[in-house]
Amino acid sequence: MSAVQLDVKTARKVRRRPSFLKENGPALVFLAPFSLFFFVFTILPILTSIFFSFTYFNMLEAPRFIGFTNYIRMFFDDDVFLIALKNTLIFAFITGPLGYILSFLFAWLINEFRRGVRSLLTLIFYSPVLAGNVYFIWVFMFSGDAYGLINSTLIKLNLIKEPIQWLTDPKYNFTVVTLVILWLSMGAGFLAFVAGLQSLDRSLFEAGTIDGIRNRFQELWYITLPQMGPQLLFGAVMSIAGAFAVGYESMSITGFPSTDYSTHTLVLHILDFGNMRFEMGYASAVAVFLFALMLLAWWIVSKTLSKLTD
Amino acid sequence: MIHSAETPALGRKKRLGRYKKPSLSRSKGGTAVIFIFLMMVSIFMVGPMAYTIIQSLKPINEIFLYPPRFFVQHPTLDNFTMMIQLVQDMWVPFERYLFNSMFVAVAGTGLYIMVASMAAYPLSKLKFRYAALYYQIIVWAILFRPEVTRIPQYVIIAKLGLINTYLSIILPVLATSFGVFLMRQFMITVPDEIIEAAKIDGVGHYAMFAKIIMPMVKPAWLTLIIFTFQQLWNTTGGQYIYDETMKMLPTVLQQISSGGIARSGAGAAVALILMIPPIAVFIISQSSVMETMAQSGIK
Repeated sequence: MSAVQLDVKTARKVRRRPSFLKENGPALVFLAPFSLFFFVFTILPILTSIFFSFTYFNMLEAPRFIGFTNYIRMFFDDDVFLIALKNTLIFAFITGPLGYILSFLFAWLINEFRRGVRSLLTLIFYSPVLAGNVYFIWVFMFSGDAYGLINSTLIKLNLIKEPIQWLTDPKYNFTVVTLVILWLSMGAGFLAFVAGLQSLDRSLFEAGTIDGIRNRFQELWYITLPQMGPQLLFGAVMSIAGAFAVGYESMSITGFPSTDYSTHTLVLHILDFGNMRFEMGYASAVAVFLFALMLLAWWIVSKTLSKLTD
Repeated sequence: MIHSAETPALGRKKRLGRYKKPSLSRSKGGTAVIFIFLMMVSIFMVGPMAYTIIQSLKPINEIFLYPPRFFVQHPTLDNFTMMIQLVQDMWVPFERYLFNSMFVAVAGTGLYIMVASMAAYPLSKLKFRYAALYYQIIVWAILFRPEVTRIPQYVIIAKLGLINTYLSIILPVLATSFGVFLMRQFMITVPDEIIEAAKIDGVGHYAMFAKIIMPMVKPAWLTLIIFTFQQLWNTTGGQYIYDETMKMLPTVLQQISSGGIARSGAGAAVALILMIPPIAVFIISQSSVMETMAQSGIK
């Protein structure tokens, strides 16, 4: 009996795989530097904000555990949070899908031209993102006095009598910010679309013509889109990440805080409580809520897209 | 170059030789309409940049002209001299801002290329436990832009005593997963046969990475240079830097353009100078960028 047991033991020893370190050593060495930074500055912030969201923490005293108080306060005791949530959702639902669809549309149209024209158009559409800080010029264009380019043009055309306060009037400033964000939305996703469209399998298009594809739209729907799945998914991640992170653009255009919090967003609410009032616990709770919102959006979008392109 | 035969762009060109554009699904009129439409949108896209350039060339009386005109009548370089004067009167010398921006942009970009491509190598070409999970986490992490994690990040950076240092700007960039993802997607296209052949020749992992993989994925790291450089070049130092002597170049733009309409000419001059480096870098490496972005899809 003992001999049999011994046999089983040795058999196990022989079959056992090499140790974890020996097997994964080189991979771990290559991954180490990034993993260190990634953990400390991306994962840890997410984990600590989950922890802090259940505490009262002002950076000076040790955090004090207060349960769900911060989350309750968000929904029942903070009207500005509700405004920020509403604005974030509206921004996300407008600029996210619209920016995404426009990125694809322009990439698709640009792809119709030969190399030189295509490169030039790509540069033109991507230039707002490249120019980065230049969006302050919108402030001059939409300036509220009669010196603003938009106001003076409208006055000259007799469309308005008095200059419009584009940036401070809650009736208009939301639209102005939306416009600027759309202008900035031809980013990495757009480049991925332009590049992806160029690397599609040409033979499918030839086959399509033989099979009776009559125009560009049929070609887009039956041949192009089903092949673009990976790029569409990548563009979606970038769009969602951008759409829920709206805030700093609106701050530079409409000021902080904007009139009646008309362009206030969750990112700005986090900034307000975290950086200015040092209520880190509450700011973290808002951040955690925003993370959950983004993951939910990504889950829905990736499910929908994988159904569309399969 | 061994890998060029494998890249989609060249492979397509080869096929294009035999390939005649099918006429059925393309109408000349349609193409013309598309072109006109794209031109109109282009005006909207470059409008603000054009206005910036024009504004920087306007003499002071044209800036104050009422009603304002879009175009400049008598272009002058006054705004650029005014900019230099304004900048010289600043408490912190301009060269200091320039050095801060250059240092952070160049050092940060260089380090990120190294860190990201090192991480991408095992994720694309080595088998290790939890590889799939690691990749999934990297994709999720793309969602969490710095704007969103900035407050908890601030707590950590403050605890590490990094406030008012260059590291407070550089380290969070090294932690972003976007570049790792991009490099991984591109390294996957390196044919396994080449790696196997090198292994038989006795090439170790480190030489394989430095001498074989990296030269083959040049377009990928050129792309990453553009994205990272542009991001770091446009940073002000914002939340992590309070010491004026450590702030970056865009701070100058903010200071000058906050002076209202009288300064809008000088502000435009600074903005113009700021946008030249990233645009130049993009134009030089555009074809490599397109090659990389073709691989960026999430499979």
